[in-house]
Amino acid sequence: MKKNWPLWEVFIRSKNGLSHKHVGSLHAADAEMAIENARDVYTRRNEGISIWVVESDHITASSPNQNDALFDPANDKVYRHPTFYNLPDEVKYI
Amino acid sequence: MSTHDLEQIFQERIDAEIKIEAKEWMPDAYRKTLIRQISQHAHSEIVGMLPEGNWITRAPSLRRKVALLAKVQDEAGHGLYLYSAAETLGAERDDLIEQLLTGKAKYSSIFNYPTVSWADIGAIGWLVDGAAIMNQVMLTRTSYGPYARAMVRICKEESFHQRQGYEIMLALSNGTEAQKNMAQDALNRWWWPSLMMFGPSDKESSHTEQSMRWKIKRKSNDELRQQFINQTVGQADFLGLTIPDPDLKWNEATGNYDFGAIDWEEFWNVVKGNGPCNKERIRASIKAHEDGAWVREAALAHAEKRSARAAQKTQVA
Ligand SMILES: [Fe+2]
Ligand SMILES: [Fe+2]
Repeated sequence: MKKNWPLWEVFIRSKNGLSHKHVGSLHAADAEMAIENARDVYTRRNEGISIWVVESDHITASSPNQNDALFDPANDKVYRHPTFYNLPDEVKYI
Repeated sequence: MSTHDLEQIFQERIDAEIKIEAKEWMPDAYRKTLIRQISQHAHSEIVGMLPEGNWITRAPSLRRKVALLAKVQDEAGHGLYLYSAAETLGAERDDLIEQLLTGKAKYSSIFNYPTVSWADIGAIGWLVDGAAIMNQVMLTRTSYGPYARAMVRICKEESFHQRQGYEIMLALSNGTEAQKNMAQDALNRWWWPSLMMFGPSDKESSHTEQSMRWKIKRKSNDELRQQFINQTVGQADFLGLTIPDPDLKWNEATGNYDFGAIDWEEFWNVVKGNGPCNKERIRASIKAHEDGAWVREAALAHAEKRSARAAQKTQVA
């Protein structure tokens, strides 16, 4: 029998107040084992206080080939940024 | 767009220091080179546990034992980060392991030398991890994102490896005459193989030029080797040990240490499988893999059974 354990993506919150961040991936038979393996592999030096694991197959990613179509529309919208608006220097706290 | 255009855009992005990420277009040869290099690197971390594992039960104190145990555990983790990075390129874990066990894939030749005394554990941490760090620090800036990120994690963990090794050498060098001799003997045996870890000289290395253009490598084998020698000589002096190279000499003009000729015949001989421990390393790796097979299968069967039971429950409800 040749069958890999499924692949899981691991996300770690390093401390309260910060978001979970992707740190890597690993193979595990189920979610519980994925958490245990993630603990052993990615938090041996107190790198985290909370772990998320997601089976890699369950992640839908945008395609890099469509980056133009996806992200171009934001390029010419300078008016979304505060520096677009001209205010005199005398005006404070704004 | 033609492949030629795509390749040109790819090279421009590399030149602009934009990292390449997993799903993006890349030349086939770039992907293949990376899979080969990253998996070889992973295999080295895994096989590298064997020579050191040999001394865990015989470490001279509890302090040394927990340190060695933690180091070997780190190396297993390094192997895993690297296999994962190779998998982002479309490689399958099973195939990679199979290539290691059938001898199709290489691992660092240094691990085909035996660890005959406790001082070897000191020399490995100091020199072998030291040389690996030099290479890995360079690779934190490699052009492939997942590989570079794995290297950042690895480098953070490596520095304790080298320090614990040097501390062992320091204790032995300050010990009895017999202990000092043991340290010197380990340095004598590990020095030249450590220099060979950087790979063949630039003139002989077929992959270097393309890898440098793709910024997979950022320094050549010879540059890294020279850097390693320059920084290690002072450390050996501090230990009061002698590096086994009569030609080793500071060169004021180049700002580098000159060193003697490396025995490349020995290097290729070990690469080809004729080192002192090649067969033993592969045998041990196969045994570990086969002995673990029932665990892998049982865990999978257990997971399948549990999810089937859970599905049944929701149906009933
Ligand atoms: Fe390592
Ligand atoms: Fe290490």
